[in-house]
Amino acid sequence: MNVVALEKRNKIHPHKFTLWVGIGSILMMFAGLTSAYIVKRNQANWVSFDLPLAFWYSTAVIIASSVTMWLALKAFRGRLMSRYRGMMLATLVLGIVFIFLQVMGFKQLWDNGITLQANVSYSFLYVIVGIHAAHVIGGVITLIVMALKALNVKMRNYSSVPVELISTYWHFVDILWLYLLIFLLMIR
Amino acid sequence: MSSAVTLHEAGTHHAGHDVHHDHHHQSFISKYVFSMDHKTIAKQFLVTGIIWAIIGGLFSVIFRLQLGYPEATFPFLEDFLGHWAKGGKLQPEFYYALVTMHGTVLVFFVLTAGLSGTFANFLIPLQIGARDMASPLLNMLSYWFFFIASVIMMSSLFVQTGPASGGWTIYPPLSALGDASIGSKIGMDLWLVSMAMFIVSSLLGGLNYITTILNMRTKGMSMTRMPLTIWALFFTAVLGVLSFPVLLSGAILLLFDRNLGTSFFLSDIVVAGKILPNEGGSAILFQHLFWFLGHPEVYIILLPAMGMASEILSVNSRKPIFGYMAMVASLFAITILAFLVWAHHMFVTGMNPFLGSIFVLLTLLIAVPSAIKVFNWLTTLWRGNIRFTPGMMFAIGFVSLFISGGLTGIFLGNSALDIHLHDTYFVIAHFHIVMGVASFFGMFAGIYHWYPKMFGTYMNNTLSYIHFWVTIIGAYLIFWPMHYEGLAGMPRRYYDYSNWESFKMFGGLNEFISVVAMIVFAAQLLFVINFFYSIWKGRKVTTLNPWNANTLEWTTPIRPGHGNWPGEIPEVHRWAYDYSKDGKDFIPQDVPVGADESKH
Repeated sequence: MNVVALEKRNKIHPHKFTLWVGIGSILMMFAGLTSAYIVKRNQANWVSFDLPLAFWYSTAVIIASSVTMWLALKAFRGRLMSRYRGMMLATLVLGIVFIFLQVMGFKQLWDNGITLQANVSYSFLYVIVGIHAAHVIGGVITLIVMALKALNVKMRNYSSVPVELISTYWHFVDILWLYLLIFLLMIR
Repeated sequence: MSSAVTLHEAGTHHAGHDVHHDHHHQSFISKYVFSMDHKTIAKQFLVTGIIWAIIGGLFSVIFRLQLGYPEATFPFLEDFLGHWAKGGKLQPEFYYALVTMHGTVLVFFVLTAGLSGTFANFLIPLQIGARDMASPLLNMLSYWFFFIASVIMMSSLFVQTGPASGGWTIYPPLSALGDASIGSKIGMDLWLVSMAMFIVSSLLGGLNYITTILNMRTKGMSMTRMPLTIWALFFTAVLGVLSFPVLLSGAILLLFDRNLGTSFFLSDIVVAGKILPNEGGSAILFQHLFWFLGHPEVYIILLPAMGMASEILSVNSRKPIFGYMAMVASLFAITILAFLVWAHHMFVTGMNPFLGSIFVLLTLLIAVPSAIKVFNWLTTLWRGNIRFTPGMMFAIGFVSLFISGGLTGIFLGNSALDIHLHDTYFVIAHFHIVMGVASFFGMFAGIYHWYPKMFGTYMNNTLSYIHFWVTIIGAYLIFWPMHYEGLAGMPRRYYDYSNWESFKMFGGLNEFISVVAMIVFAAQLLFVINFFYSIWKGRKVTTLNPWNANTLEWTTPIRPGHGNWPGEIPEVHRWAYDYSKDGKDFIPQDVPVGADESKH
């Protein structure tokens, strides 16, 4: 896959632009879900809930992973390849830990009687957090591919575009999680 | 073969980038099946769309048989449909399935994928001067996700309990409870899975269209020099990218309700004397999520037709399009308003009347940009040197239908009137004319106009004119009478109107509509025959620019290969509408501006 006839005058690489439009699209889905949540909250039968402790740990983890992602990109641009490899692996591990903590959080909720079917507010919590986690899993899969490429020392990577793409996406799912966390804390 | 002309030049001019290299020895599979050439992908969308249009049209013919002849039996239907037409009589359950699938297929598979999938893919790179889309791979995936969606939707027609039958809007609780009706079982699950695939397809397509238009224009092709087709396809893609995800979120919640026991849309429901445990959900919530897509979807269907009509009207009037910037601004205004009017589909859901009146106001505001567009089309035609090519006939037909259907939109946009007209045949008449048939006319106009570029041959003109006249007269004969039926209160989606004393008087009219519908369907088959026959046997195109048009696609070889231009991409020096300027009939976009030339 490639870009035919890419001209110098373009300020932004088409793939990066595509990603930004895609991010806009993903945001619209969460806008749909969170506005449905707000509408529903103002109706009868709404039960408020407390977020499990695991979600706080996972927040710290995903912020840390954003930092390592940023360092990885910086290392790649500076051609510090061994550092880049290390940071990519760190990001990958933190991403997996994030998913694990989200699952732990769901388990805590479930054990406290906050199950998927018990109330609409709980159902919303599961769906919104779950769909976000699905987007993180998508990022983790991409990171695995990137990390495998990075570990292959024989393969030489010079284009920073793929690294920039995954780093933009990764920061996006991080910020999206912070937004969702604040949203779920403020409105419940 | 001209496709042997490849991208060597591109490779040498842009040696710093990874560019396609050799397409001399493509296999059949990579050239025609898993192709990454935007022109081939466009044709794939078009042919799939045509197949779906025949199927979706056939559905309407079958249910029109029931509506026109509620007492009669048609033994051939039983041979064809089996137990769905026992004794030659269409079963009520299957009638609902047909109505649902007719809407689904035509709205999504034909007029979304078939229309913007075809023309966005075909025209964007050719008219902006790009060798292909920003990401040919995503483009190919976009078609194949559509293909998977098609296969799943098609398979739902053959399951024991039939396809989804709760209406194309799939309102819960009918769509959320498997036991609610026979069509709410596996058919509904397949519908949702198919639509999820469809949404992925249109998102991948839309991302690509937007990026390509903003990033890949050739030198000199500023935004304000773009043909109006490209502007229209751009806004269409923006609408799709921002509204389909919201439908996806609604569909996900619906899937949870169906399969995982949640109650997003369900509350206090009794099925067969049994109270369901679901509590706290709201069926209206689904309608909000659905119509937040559903209304922009109307413009996703309509805008490409508007853009193509603008281009074709200008080319065949030999005049610049009247009010280019006003056309762009009105497209923009429609795009914004499209997101702010969804609740006008829900005036009878018991919404706050104050909120309702805001939606009335916003809805009626759409009349302003729409009227600007109509005015500009008419003034483009005014005193033009008009060539009545088949494409032009359909473009004029589009304007006619858009006016006729748009006017009834003003009736329906008023909540006070809508409460009376809601869910009647008046609504059917309105949206079929303004969105269904009008967009079909835009699509036909586009096919007839760009057919020589797509296939290097012409379609048969006589058959094209017959197709046009039967279709436009037939469309008005079918839908005009429905306005009267709707004003008299005849509701949509009923199986047999002869059971009601008040609608018995429409028996003859319904029969008339059904007969015309069959004739119009036959005329579409004429088009299909013409389309496929002409690919191989049509008169060959011998000149580069058969319509004497200004846009860049006519500077490519008659049958352009992958990469579109064998040499360098032409540079653009002017807008696309220099017709009848300074004593010249037309000046293509790649002609430099002369020193003594007047500014447009």
